[in-house]
Amino acid sequence: MKITVTDQAGEVHELEGLEGWRVMEVIRDWGLNIKAECGGACACATCHVYVDPEWLDAVGAANDDEDDMLDTVGDVKSNSRLSCQILCSDDLDGLKLTLAPSAAKD
Amino acid sequence: MTTEITTDVVVIGAGPCGLFAAFELGLLDIKCHFIDILDRAGGQCAELYPEKPIYDIPGFPVVTGQQLTDNLMAQIAPFSPEFHFSRMVNSIEKQEDGSFKLTTDADEVFNTKVVVIAAGGGSFQPKRPPVADIEQFENKSVFYAVRKMEDFRGQDVVIVGGGDSALDWTLALESVARTITLVHRRDAFKAAPASVNKMKELVAEGKVNFQLGQIAKLEGENGQLNHVHLATDAGDLSIPATRLLPFFGLTMKLGPVADWGLELNDNTIVVDTEKFQTSVPGIFAIGDINWYPGKLKLILSGFHESALMAQAAKAVISPGERVVFQYTTSSTKLQKKLGVA
Repeated sequence: MKITVTDQAGEVHELEGLEGWRVMEVIRDWGLNIKAECGGACACATCHVYVDPEWLDAVGAANDDEDDMLDTVGDVKSNSRLSCQILCSDDLDGLKLTLAPSAAKD
Repeated sequence: MTTEITTDVVVIGAGPCGLFAAFELGLLDIKCHFIDILDRAGGQCAELYPEKPIYDIPGFPVVTGQQLTDNLMAQIAPFSPEFHFSRMVNSIEKQEDGSFKLTTDADEVFNTKVVVIAAGGGSFQPKRPPVADIEQFENKSVFYAVRKMEDFRGQDVVIVGGGDSALDWTLALESVARTITLVHRRDAFKAAPASVNKMKELVAEGKVNFQLGQIAKLEGENGQLNHVHLATDAGDLSIPATRLLPFFGLTMKLGPVADWGLELNDNTIVVDTEKFQTSVPGIFAIGDINWYPGKLKLILSGFHESALMAQAAKAVISPGERVVFQYTTSSTKLQKKLGVA
């Protein structure tokens, strides 16, 4: 499956996603500008992404824990998700995301 | 008044790897002092996921971050390490005799033969909201903590966040500030229910303003804030503000470590894999903060690194002394040190 990620500088990257991986892990392993501090425990909100509107239904909504973590960043939009809470699957082949400013490394 | 402490080893960071280093050093009769920016031991484990299960610690099919911390604290108790919490190491200077002088932001000086950096992802520091030019207002009219309530007397205070810190300071500063506005992106709070109820009472009484939205822009001159602009569902909203308190929790930054003259690789410290020593002899780095070819950021890697570091640190602290490698299962000497024989 493919994931298209626009980074904070506006550069577009097409990444190869692996079934069952967290989208955060794919973005991190490709070396994009994502801090992913807690390693996928939904405990830091440093893998914050904006989901392309056409993919919102397929990705689904954040759960309560994720919503609580999104409170800890200042750039939340209606299409905000934590990429560690999105699992790669064939249903998400072609997923388009944009990295939020708050996900950037120092 | 400056406090001066002399010791064999200072461990910077009291996370799991740092704590286990105290055990390995203790077996070699080496005394540790810990310095940590947090107010308790445990590092990222205790701060970010105290209740979340960890599944890859050998011998523990599942353990939470807090349980692991508690067990490590019990394990190192026989060696009585000393903890210095809520402070940050500002500088490390190598002395002529090869030892190191560390200074902290709590006006302390540590004279030590060895420094072990076990600072994980760096030091925990307040999250800065992604707002343009916020740096120019910091420590003048934007603060990430309240040191003295008097600094907020008669001010137009805007507090941003929905957790305990935001709610607690909204309640505490309500009687001190000229106006107080709590801003949160949604009408649900992660704070103690009693605090939320009290805040809602104050809002109903007109003593606290509550605004749904997110901080979008700061307005002011020479670091002095006069308005905060919010992004709300109804569009841009400008509110008078002379003090801003964003409470978005903590994040990890490399911090002053970057200025200590150590060889770095992408915000991590380069070490060798024999001693886990940095580019400065006598300064070691273990756990998530170090880098070497093949590095895996796992707690178990940090434990392994602690053991090898301790052997090398012993050679620095007691040069020429022969160290006989012993097992805790069979060595009565080690068992006596642990208080079990």
